[in-house]
Amino acid sequence: MSIKEKILYFITLHHTGLTVSGFSLALVLFPLFEDNPYTLGLTNLIAIYVIIVVGLNLFIGYAGQISLGHAAFFGLGAYGSAIATVTFGLPAWPSMFGVAVLVALVALLVGVPTLRLSGHYLAMATLGCNIVVHTIMLQWDQVTGGPSGFPGIPSLSIGGFVFDDEVRLHYLLWSFALLALLLALNLVRSGVGRGLAALAGDETAAAALGVDTQRAKIKVFVLSAVFASIAGSLFAHCYNFVSPDSFDIFASTDMAIMVVVGGMGSIWGSVIGAGLLTLLPEWIDIFENYKDLIHGLILVLILMFLPQGLMTGLYEKITDKITLRRQKNAAS
Amino acid sequence: MLHLEEVGKRFGGLPALDQVSFSVPRGQVTALIGPNGAGKSTLINCITGVLHPTTGSIRFLDRQLTGQAAYAIARLGIARTFQNLKLFPRLSVLDNVLTGLSCEAGHSLTMAMLRLPYLRHRERQLKLRALEVLDRFDLADKSRLPVGTLAYGDKKRVELARACVAEPELILLDEPVAGLNAEETASVGEQLKQLRSAGQTLLLVEHDMELVMGIADQVVVLDSGCCIARGTPAEVRNNPLVLEAYLGQMEATA
Repeated sequence: MSIKEKILYFITLHHTGLTVSGFSLALVLFPLFEDNPYTLGLTNLIAIYVIIVVGLNLFIGYAGQISLGHAAFFGLGAYGSAIATVTFGLPAWPSMFGVAVLVALVALLVGVPTLRLSGHYLAMATLGCNIVVHTIMLQWDQVTGGPSGFPGIPSLSIGGFVFDDEVRLHYLLWSFALLALLLALNLVRSGVGRGLAALAGDETAAAALGVDTQRAKIKVFVLSAVFASIAGSLFAHCYNFVSPDSFDIFASTDMAIMVVVGGMGSIWGSVIGAGLLTLLPEWIDIFENYKDLIHGLILVLILMFLPQGLMTGLYEKITDKITLRRQKNAAS
Repeated sequence: MLHLEEVGKRFGGLPALDQVSFSVPRGQVTALIGPNGAGKSTLINCITGVLHPTTGSIRFLDRQLTGQAAYAIARLGIARTFQNLKLFPRLSVLDNVLTGLSCEAGHSLTMAMLRLPYLRHRERQLKLRALEVLDRFDLADKSRLPVGTLAYGDKKRVELARACVAEPELILLDEPVAGLNAEETASVGEQLKQLRSAGQTLLLVEHDMELVMGIADQVVVLDSGCCIARGTPAEVRNNPLVLEAYLGQMEATA
C-alpha cells in the first residue's frame, strides 16, 4: 500500500472517530473566535437541543416510532432539578442523575402501554402525555410556581468553578452534547442499532430475526427520555429559571421537526436540525411572530418531498444518483 | 426436528388450516406444496409465531412453539425468508445480512453505547461471517450498496443469505424463486442444493415443481387447509388425490 492509500484506508476505517475529534476541536476553539455572549447563548441553546434531538432521533429516526411528547421529559428534567436543588436544597449533580432515573421510570410507565400502539395512535398518546405534564406544571403552583415560573435555580459548579457565564457554559453544555453524540453514534454502529433499523424497516421481519421489537422500542423510548431529562436539568441550571412555556406541545413538535429537518436516523443531522431551527428565527424576523406556522410549513414540505428528512434525503438522492451513474458506466 | 400435530387455524369462521400434521426430519429438505390459497403461508406464519394456531401443537427440538412470540422462536434457531421480500432497503447489503445475526450481536443498549473492546471484537467477527456468506452467494462485490438499488434476483439472494448467516437449525423458505427468471431460478436451486449437502434442514414452500421435485426429500401437499398427501416426490407425483387437486390443474392449463 502506498502512503496515500494507507491514509485513505485509515480515514475510511476511523471516519466516525475523526469526525467527532474534528468537531470537538472546532468547539474547543469556537469561543476564541466568537466571544459575543449573545451568539454563545444561541449556540449553548443549540447544544441543549442537540442532546434532546440525538436521543429523539434514535427513537423516531432509527426505531421508526413517533413521539410528540418529548418536551414533557425535558420539562420533568428541568423542574425535577429545580425542585430538588431549590425546594429540597439537594446538591445539583446528584439531583440531575437522580431526576434522570425518575424520568426513566416515568418513561417506562408511559412507554409500556403506549408503545403497543403505533403511528397516529402513538403520536396522540405521547401528545396527551405532554399535555398532562404541562397542565401539572401550570396548575400545581405550590410546587412548580405555576405560570409565572420557577426562579432562583443555582448554576452548576465543579469544585469552586461555577458555570455562570456563556463561555463556561459553552464548554459544559457542548461536553454533554458531544457525549450524547458519541453514545448515539456507538449505539447505531452496533448490533443493537441494526436491530432498531430492522424494527423501523419491518416489524415482522425484525421479529423473525430474533429482535424483541416491543422491548427494543421501550428501551429506546426510555433512553431518549433520559437524554431529554439531562438536557432539561442543564437547561434549568443554565438559565436559573424555568417556566411551563418551554415545555408545551409546541416545544415537542419543534423537537420532532428538528429530527425531520436533520434527517431520520442521521445522528449528525440532529446537530444540523437543532442548529437550523434555533437559528432561523434569528436570521429572519418574520419567524418571530409566525414561528409555529412556519415550522409546520417546513414539516409538511419536507415530509412531502423528502420523507427521509432534509439532510438524509438530500444525501441519499445524491448517493443514489452516483451509484446509478457508476452502474451505467460499468454497463457501457 | 419440527413436529406439527393437528394444527388448525381459523380466521373468524373460515378454516385456513385444518388438522395438519407432519414432521420435518433433521438434515432433510421438506417441501410444502399446494394450490394458491391452500394455507401454505398461513402454516409458515404459524410456525414462526407471526400467527398463532387456533388448535394443535407445534414442537421444535422438544420445545413447544405454540404461543411463543416470533422473536423467541427465531432465537431458538428458526430462520425464514418471506414471500414478498422483507429486506431493509436503506441499509447496505452487508448490514442487511448482519441483521440476520441480531441474536448474537447482544441486546444491551448500555454496552452498545459504551462500545467496549469486546463488543468491537465481536462486531468484527460478525462482519467477517457476513462477508463469508455474501461471498458464497456471489454478492461480495455488492456488499456496500443499499439493498434498494439491487435487482430483484439479487434481493432474493440477499434475503437467503440473511437467513443462512446465523447457521440456524431450520430455515423456512417461502417461495424463494417466485418472480425469478429461469437462469436465476437455476442459481437459487444450486444454492439450495449446496445447503442441503451441507446438512441444512429446510422447509420449502414453492410453486416451481421442477425445483421441488429436484431437491425435496419429502413432499407435503396441502389443499384447502388440509394435508392431503405426504411422501417422496415420486410417491406424491403419482398420488391421484394430488393429481386432481394440484398437478391436475397444471396439466389442464398446460
